[in-house]
Amino acid sequence: MAAEGGSGRAPKLIAIGTAAGLFSGLFGVGGGTVIVPLLVFWLGYGEREATGTSLAAIVCIAGFAAAVQGAYGNVHVVDGLLVGVPAVGGVLLGTWLQQRMHVRVIALLFAAVLVASAVELLAQ
Amino acid sequence: MIWLVAIGVAAGVLGGLLGVGGGVLFVPGLVIVVGLTQHQAEGTSLLAIVPVALVGALSQDRYGNVRRGDALLVGVLSIAGVAGGVALANALSGAALRVAFAALILLIAAQLVRRALREDGRGEGRETGRESKSADPQRREQP
Repeated sequence: MAAEGGSGRAPKLIAIGTAAGLFSGLFGVGGGTVIVPLLVFWLGYGEREATGTSLAAIVCIAGFAAAVQGAYGNVHVVDGLLVGVPAVGGVLLGTWLQQRMHVRVIALLFAAVLVASAVELLAQ
Repeated sequence: MIWLVAIGVAAGVLGGLLGVGGGVLFVPGLVIVVGLTQHQAEGTSLLAIVPVALVGALSQDRYGNVRRGDALLVGVLSIAGVAGGVALANALSGAALRVAFAALILLIAAQLVRRALREDGRGEGRETGRESKSADPQRREQP
């Protein structure tokens, strides 16, 4: 429970929101990559509450960003729902699995998938 | 359509397992597998993230892991950044945005590898003391 209250918190939260919003809007991701470490290092959050708080903030951030991207005509609504709704089930399964297996090998495999994706994107 | 669902489930499972957000996989999946442009993939990914983050936040909230006031502040105050980020994305060409995104996922891949090696602990020898004492690295997770 990081109890450092009072002064300095609001500006930090504003800075985190702005940075996460920029990141999310630019890359089409949630922004947890930015929010979680900043909550941990700036505001003394534990990792779990940083993750939980970040997810709640991302609901707003991704919602805003989707709306703005929609104004640019970049949102395929049906595709987004066909990806996003099944992903909810996937996350629940993944979270369940996480308690029951060593994730190190999976992390390394996933890193390999990301590298392959990057190469493919660069090749396009 | 099958591919869209497959991307969603795969990204969800990996996100739940590794704590990596879905967008990191939604975007390349939508470009490489579905054939959307980088801009369309990013916009569509953002929409897909909303239900995932919502369910994740609700379940974390039940464990008391959400500081609601802070989350609301960060979320609502992101609006200027969001507008700037989306405008910047749309000012860039598809190729430039793809390169930037590729750089991002390479960084995330590097971070995952580093974390995986660190969690191995003994192999690295860098993390001393408390890390090497526990036979099972997972024990660290318990409060």
